[in-house]
Amino acid sequence: MNRSIIKVEHLSKQYRLGATHNTHQTLREGLAGAVKAAFSRQHKGDDDKNNTIWALKDVSFEVSRGEVIGIIGRNGAGKSTLLKILSRITDPSTGRIELYGRVGSLLEVGTGFHPELTGRENIFLNGVIMGMKRKELARKFDEIVSFAEIDRFIDTPVKRYSSGMYVRLAFAVAAHLEPEILIVDEVLAVGDELFQKKCLGKMATIANEGRTVLFVSHNMPAVINLCPRVILLERGGVVQDGKAADVVGHYLHTGGAKLAHREWPDISIAPGDDVVRLRSISVIDEDERVCQSIDIRNRVGIRFEYDVLESGQRLVPTFNIAMESGALVFWAGDRDPNWENRPRGKGRYTTTAWIPGNFLNAGTMIVSATISRVRPTHEHLYEQGVLSFEVIDRMGADTARGNFPGHFAGAVRPLLPWETQFAPKDHGNVEMGSPS
Amino acid sequence: MEPDRLPQYELPDEPLVIIEARKSWSALAIRDFWVYRELLYFLTLRDIQIRYKQTLLGVLWVLLQPLLTTVVFTIFLGLLIRVPSEGTPYVLFVYVGLLPWTFFSAAVISSSSSVVNNAHLITKVYFPRSLIPVSAVVGRLLDLAIAFFVLICLMVYYHVGLTWTILLLPVLVALLTLLAMALGIATSAMNVKYRDVGVLIPVLLQLLMYASPVVYPTSLVPDRWQRVYQLNPLVGLIGNFRAAALGGSIDWSALAWSVGMIAVLLVYASFLFRRMETHFADIV
Repeated sequence: MNRSIIKVEHLSKQYRLGATHNTHQTLREGLAGAVKAAFSRQHKGDDDKNNTIWALKDVSFEVSRGEVIGIIGRNGAGKSTLLKILSRITDPSTGRIELYGRVGSLLEVGTGFHPELTGRENIFLNGVIMGMKRKELARKFDEIVSFAEIDRFIDTPVKRYSSGMYVRLAFAVAAHLEPEILIVDEVLAVGDELFQKKCLGKMATIANEGRTVLFVSHNMPAVINLCPRVILLERGGVVQDGKAADVVGHYLHTGGAKLAHREWPDISIAPGDDVVRLRSISVIDEDERVCQSIDIRNRVGIRFEYDVLESGQRLVPTFNIAMESGALVFWAGDRDPNWENRPRGKGRYTTTAWIPGNFLNAGTMIVSATISRVRPTHEHLYEQGVLSFEVIDRMGADTARGNFPGHFAGAVRPLLPWETQFAPKDHGNVEMGSPS
Repeated sequence: MEPDRLPQYELPDEPLVIIEARKSWSALAIRDFWVYRELLYFLTLRDIQIRYKQTLLGVLWVLLQPLLTTVVFTIFLGLLIRVPSEGTPYVLFVYVGLLPWTFFSAAVISSSSSVVNNAHLITKVYFPRSLIPVSAVVGRLLDLAIAFFVLICLMVYYHVGLTWTILLLPVLVALLTLLAMALGIATSAMNVKYRDVGVLIPVLLQLLMYASPVVYPTSLVPDRWQRVYQLNPLVGLIGNFRAAALGGSIDWSALAWSVGMIAVLLVYASFLFRRMETHFADIV
């Protein structure tokens, strides 16, 4: 009765450093690399050791039929990699998984939706991509349409849908997947609160139907509500596997969820040197409270607290923001006119930089911080990836998204002032048509 | 919902799926195409729908493209340079060559960029990746069918009689499709890692067109070069396509060579794709 539906045994996944995202080479680099390798006589194994990271290392667990399991961990702990391997998007390097049921994975709502196609066409395309049969879709078609509340627009291209309609339709298709094992990623992080509630409600229904669910989320209340059992991943390994309350509690207490704030109470081990030491750094919201997730419309502050131990240096707190993919969004250094280029005396400084709302794109942002001296340049400290926070897309028409429902690419998503000048065409025609 | 259905699901004794590190060299599983035939159908349908929806003239382009090229070649090669056309009117001669060529080159081009263009699918959901380049080729068959009607009109207009050789046309189209798939599968995989491939393909295809009997007859190539010339598998396909449609004599040895080449290329492409696809989701 209690046989496992999922068996994960000693699963590991190794990535080449920097090869996780967007590193398609050009032929020239590939050739150059091949030539270099041929002449350098360096053993390939050595090379791999230096340039690879283990996104997952020796992960083992079993899941019984009907279990609903939460998978938590900070960014980069290996959650996404685990889901990708379970959904067969990428292969493990070593280890093995046995699945005793059909897997449906929901890593995104609306996978494969095409804006030019109508709602009807997209239901079939999306459904078949996610593993449903055409007959099954035809049978559930009316149900999907009424769930999405888009009856009248079913034969309209989805590019004319509002973002709300788009997300509703996408979720409606996903909600009618009936695999024995359902894998759900952070899909609940998009959409308005009403939509999120609907998603969570649906998840609860699915769980009650006796299906096996793996649910990855940063939303701790949701995890505790939905999942009796939780697995905590850290640095690619399983740290804890047990009752939701225990594991989530442990996670919160070890600071896993507090990446929006770091502090070093012991000055001797705080980042820095004899000149300056960083004491704390945080991501704060408009009310100056430490905040892990920021509404895309609101401004967000990066606050440094540091002690200057030797006076007379021109110090510049600087930080950069990168996306989870590693792509740099921007660098910014302290340009406070009162302090720029001014030698600083000993004491405690608190410096905040404000990133405007409607500027960053949605997603996980990773903050690295430095404090440097200028003229001559010297870096007193550099804390890479010291903080991270989420920019939450509210899918609202009052953001740069407007009514565009699809994937919004780019490092930033500024809400620009747009201006249009218009000369009516009729006017021109009259002039051209007139004999004078 | 049907809550009563799932709890009765009995676990099978053997796992449905085993996920482990894949051995590098294994060929594409033909069975996948059958298991995932509905997805293949919908991916193909999507390609066709989008292609026709996004252009103003839609389906008309399928006719206009070979027709306009035919006009250009007829004026420059047929009327001005007077390329020999083995007794048939040059318009008909060149259209019969452009028909399979246009299909082939369009199929290879869309197939070679298909995996990169579907990165959003590859990183989000599992299905046999080879469906993507294959569906891109299959989608072009409809264009070929439409352009075929024009050929029939031209043949009627020029009073070309039908011969038994016309029965070879489906075979030749199938071979052409397989060749396009072989090239598409291989280049779509390489394109993921080396984006240069996407730039290179149109250029190479341009060269390949002049290395194939599309706008001139095979007999125009000097005898001492024929050996090298015949290495191109398209010589046996396009030359014979024309012969089959217009009732010429079939060059069986060239056809046999093409079949052999296609088999080798397909096997090579499938191994290459299989080896590279494990990294698609990581680098695309």
